[in-house]
Amino acid sequence: MQDNINILFVGIGGQGVLKASEIAGLAGMFAGYKVKKSEVHGMSQRGGSVESHLRIGRRIYSPLIPKERVDFLVGFDKNEAQKARCYLKKGGLDLSEKLDLVLKELQNFRSLNVCFLGILSCYLPVKEKYWLKAIGAEIRKEYLKSNIAAFYLGRKIGGGV
Amino acid sequence: MDSGVEKDGWLLSGNEAVAQGAYEAGLKFASAYPGTPSSEILEYLAQFDEVDCQWSVNEKVAYEVALSAAIGGIRSLYASKHVGVNVAADPLMTSAYVGVNAGFVAVSCDDPNMHSSQNEQDNRFYALMAKIPLIEPSSPGEAKEFIKKAFIISERFDTPVLFRMTTRISHSKEVVKFNTRRDVGPREFKIDIKKYVMVPRNAYLRHIILEERLQRLEKFSNRTSLNKIEWGKKSLGIIASGVTYLYAKEMYPDASFLKLGFSFPLPAEKIKFFSSKVRALFVIEELEPFLEMQIKSLGIKIKAKHRSFRIGELRPEYIPEIIKGKSKKEISEKARKPLMCPGCPHRPVFWVLKKLKATVAGDIGCYTLGASSPLSTLHSCLCMGSGVTFQEGFRHALKDGKIVGVIGDSTFIHSGITGLINSAYNKVKGVIIILDNRTTAMTGLQDHPGTGRTLKGDRTNHLDLEKLCLACGADTVDVIDPYEVKELENILRKRLAEDSLSVIITRRECILLSKHRNNPPKYLKENCNRCGMCLMIDCPALTQDEEGYIVLNENLCTGCNLCVEVCKFQALIKNAG
Repeated sequence: MQDNINILFVGIGGQGVLKASEIAGLAGMFAGYKVKKSEVHGMSQRGGSVESHLRIGRRIYSPLIPKERVDFLVGFDKNEAQKARCYLKKGGLDLSEKLDLVLKELQNFRSLNVCFLGILSCYLPVKEKYWLKAIGAEIRKEYLKSNIAAFYLGRKIGGGV
Repeated sequence: MDSGVEKDGWLLSGNEAVAQGAYEAGLKFASAYPGTPSSEILEYLAQFDEVDCQWSVNEKVAYEVALSAAIGGIRSLYASKHVGVNVAADPLMTSAYVGVNAGFVAVSCDDPNMHSSQNEQDNRFYALMAKIPLIEPSSPGEAKEFIKKAFIISERFDTPVLFRMTTRISHSKEVVKFNTRRDVGPREFKIDIKKYVMVPRNAYLRHIILEERLQRLEKFSNRTSLNKIEWGKKSLGIIASGVTYLYAKEMYPDASFLKLGFSFPLPAEKIKFFSSKVRALFVIEELEPFLEMQIKSLGIKIKAKHRSFRIGELRPEYIPEIIKGKSKKEISEKARKPLMCPGCPHRPVFWVLKKLKATVAGDIGCYTLGASSPLSTLHSCLCMGSGVTFQEGFRHALKDGKIVGVIGDSTFIHSGITGLINSAYNKVKGVIIILDNRTTAMTGLQDHPGTGRTLKGDRTNHLDLEKLCLACGADTVDVIDPYEVKELENILRKRLAEDSLSVIITRRECILLSKHRNNPPKYLKENCNRCGMCLMIDCPALTQDEEGYIVLNENLCTGCNLCVEVCKFQALIKNAG
């Protein structure tokens, strides 16, 4: 594994961008990695562009991912993903290409973020149990079942199950 | 949402880490006014029974209450965003003279790039101006450790300490370990008129002590491990503080670093020593040339960023450009603009103001979004309280205009009251709308005196805005539900036609707090003549398809029915259900 894995989450306020990166960050923490993430709150969250940088690995300095070093772009909105594509490194993966498929298969669009975590989980050296523990730590009990279902749908789409 | 797992560490934001560190350091009192990116510090502290903490009415009040608690003998903390320190600048400047007794730390969360602010001032200069020590962490982990040291330094040197964060530290997260709290007993408060009563003679003597203290602090700066040298290749030496240290380290991990965690007074001897050992020496800092100016004044040759990089925040990929001496390439910002939420009670107010072609003096809050197109119905926004005072100033200059000042409930209590008294006292007429959504919405739904709840969630005295405005000297005070658009329009027309000072309180709970939802309206495509009028209210739930017909997003719609009011062709009609 390289020193660290860089994941950029992008979307629109209200899509659960920050929640997704929080869950992924916790999963990384449970798996014993160093984790750094960076995002902004406040005005930009009111339906505006939202991004969250997440870095998981052994040696991380900057909380912001340098340009052209993103390994995985996780976009919940096509326009936002398009704008962020310049941050991808050569050979980096744009998971937002799965957006249409996810929207077709997903029952409840509120779990879009967690469904994408299922896809992302297929590529990260973080065991499934840590993902489930992180989801359990961040999602309220009444929504847990539907989110876990969305996570497994993502795993299926990502080819991990 | 707690997983129920026994925690010995967690993914904490910089703000949470500051709060956790202060708690562990035996903090007993904290006060703040909410403001992005600082608000989470007090929200995190509110969970601890051992810490008495509060949302204060504004930053000046917060600073004075926390400082005097420290003088009284308990470790205390103040927190705000960078512009909040301006409001607290009066007590801040003289607090350097009186000193503290128990530890007192003022946390300033600056916002380079103005992610959620009206300017990007560099508050490190407050340390220089007030002559107080400045501590700058680079990460949440450091924030937790450094704040503990800040309290020790504050007590050892009897001085307030300025603890400077930036958005990329406040809102970054990393895994931070928890330690147990160390309770610190109260320090005895001794009556000392020469120290605590700042009249000219006493203040003169305190200024002498302040200068002596600064010399001792400079010696400390050279010794402390907060300022540390990390030797790498001697061909490149970098002096950096704050999050920019991490950006530089990311891009040049092999360089030698002088990392400044205690960045005022500067460690002159350490800087001279470091500069003598490296071949090329750079200072990398965000915003103003705070370090650069001081290091150059020591007679040290150092390279720094091109002045174009003083604008906006730095990013890791900028560091090589800075080292190469290049100027900043302006990137065209294509970020999606923020909008008022669907169902936001501010939207109908701006719709009516737009219809009346009013000139609107605005203020700081979610409603500042009334300025964005196509509403374009907020015409000034400077600082907290300026909705009221600009209304007055515009009236002095523009005698015939339809001028309205708008201000939120929390902002009015923070800084609007004095402006209203000023207008009444000076016999200025006009219309002020208090957009009362029963919360401090933009910063994350914090309570304030008008909500009748404290930071800890306790019930408290509820400030009566109607009585308050009348007491300030308003001739009339109307209270209206902004969803009643026609009534709102009638009252506004009436008050604008009168020669009086009137306050209209538009009162409806923020849609993010309100559980109440109505059915989305029905869209009758056959009635729609595609005029696009309903799109002028800038509601995220309404978009247009390729043929110009309306697409109503029922997942976003809250059923406020403003679009129904706006549509002249009954294409959008109320859906009673």
